[in-house]
Amino acid sequence: MATTATRKPDLVIRGRKVVGGVVEGEALATQQTISGWGGVNPMKGEVIESRHELRGVSFAGKILVFPGAKGSSGWSAVFHTSRLAGMSPIGMLFTITTTKAALGAVVLRVPSMTDFDIDPVEHIETGDWLRIDADAGEVQVWKGGRP
Amino acid sequence: MVSLTDAEKAMRDGAEGPAVAKAMDLLIRYAEALDAPDFVYCNNIAGVPGSSPKWVKDYYKEDGGDYRAVFSRFDLDSDEVVDVPRMNGFSCHLQGGMDPELWREQGMTEEAFANFRSDEAEVAAHGIQVMKTCTPYLAGNVPVMGEHCAWMESSAVVFCNSVIGGRTNCEGRESTSAAMLAKRIPNWGFHTDAFRKGQHAIKVEVPVDSIFEWGMLGYFTGAAVEDAIPVLSGDISDAALIKHKHFGAAAASSGGVEMYHMLGITPEAPTREVAFGGADKGETFTYGAKERAEVYERLNSIGSSRDVDYIMLGCPHYSIDQIADAARMLEGRKVHANTELWIFTSRAVKATAMASGYDRILAAAGAKLMTDTCSAISQAVPPGTKVAAFDSAKQTHYLPAIMGIEGWFGTTQDCIDAACTGRWNGGLH
Repeated sequence: MATTATRKPDLVIRGRKVVGGVVEGEALATQQTISGWGGVNPMKGEVIESRHELRGVSFAGKILVFPGAKGSSGWSAVFHTSRLAGMSPIGMLFTITTTKAALGAVVLRVPSMTDFDIDPVEHIETGDWLRIDADAGEVQVWKGGRP
Repeated sequence: MVSLTDAEKAMRDGAEGPAVAKAMDLLIRYAEALDAPDFVYCNNIAGVPGSSPKWVKDYYKEDGGDYRAVFSRFDLDSDEVVDVPRMNGFSCHLQGGMDPELWREQGMTEEAFANFRSDEAEVAAHGIQVMKTCTPYLAGNVPVMGEHCAWMESSAVVFCNSVIGGRTNCEGRESTSAAMLAKRIPNWGFHTDAFRKGQHAIKVEVPVDSIFEWGMLGYFTGAAVEDAIPVLSGDISDAALIKHKHFGAAAASSGGVEMYHMLGITPEAPTREVAFGGADKGETFTYGAKERAEVYERLNSIGSSRDVDYIMLGCPHYSIDQIADAARMLEGRKVHANTELWIFTSRAVKATAMASGYDRILAAAGAKLMTDTCSAISQAVPPGTKVAAFDSAKQTHYLPAIMGIEGWFGTTQDCIDAACTGRWNGGLH
């Protein structure tokens, strides 16, 4: 997949493939870990956990940038259900590898990465434009939106 | 790349049939996502294989809309529908969505019940033990020290790792269903020695002896260490299964703790050095009178009305000694007209409770003994519930948020008294 970008990325982050593939899209970033069961409404792709900074926000069609998964072992099944509902993220970048996040990425079947040289949670903000090439282990970041 | 034995390659390539091949394919994708070097043999699996609400079956209508379709497409994440044989590993079904007899009281429809019955018949026909509990270790599945397991259910995972010394990650639905067929799970995380060592210290400076105190310490611990492994030492006494059960469930819900060490109490913590795998690491948190009061306040911050209409006991599912205690507290008393008391357990423990006569004592008092599920899992509370009370820190953490109701946390005695008077009079003593 060729990038639609017309200028060089502001930042390139290298990391490890969790699930292969290439995707380009807008980032939805959070500093907080995400609960699946009880924390996400999979039918809307929406974070519902009280006190979460993304509460009421949908990750459908976005590249989710977050530290990692927490909570119930139902994490993968809830994200899997969001795929059935057509409300899943199109890519995931997470910094803490857990069985929940890894299995969730596998069944979401979206390009996903972890183990980065530069922390994406620190450097990527909601609205930034991203291109993930998980097979090449590379994330390109354009600050402030589609270049 | 995950390295495969000849037997694993053969499974992947279809030597044991298409379902096992799909299971192995999913497990290989999962192992690669984790960057696991290889697999461990695993013959102790607890999950929720193939059970699904009606709409998921409808979603796979073109694939037949049945158990086979759901197990293939959802559980095994397969693009094709395959015949699902009897499971190969020792496989257990954890908690489900409703009580098999009292489902009407739980507000379930005839259609939902018919779907539940049909799923359960399929589960049984596929050689899966119908345990229907979050506490498999109280219903016939007790791992041994060092046994590689693949379990779902955070409170069971933390119990398996910490109290028994069994080895499991917090698995998901798809990985457990696949492991039931392939008897493999990625060799990662809690399956390895190094991963099981302590990361932070908790110093306990107030007496933690009763199940109520153990639960509050658990809730404090999870909030302090999040998903890291704590090493607890100090004034902890009177260890018992039900106290570990409450502690672990609380720590897993406030934080995400999947293993803990208690010095001189849990099996992988004979000494500080063994528990940490060397010198102390991480931070040291102190649990004293101030922290204890703060935990109690936090757990009771979602209650304002003292008129209680629902008391829920049995999170995690009550053991037989907890049912016996509740029956003793209720004997000769009546649940208040404005209040409902539901007690949740496994079918196995309910059978013992019936043989021991506790079901009659509970019924005479107006309490309902339910199995398979809990209010949080089934999102079922008595009609009109506005204020609930619990003796479980975990249920206090989840249910009020899920149902949008108020909640109180206290001792079992506080809860039974509230059930009989309709008033919450709990307090920290």
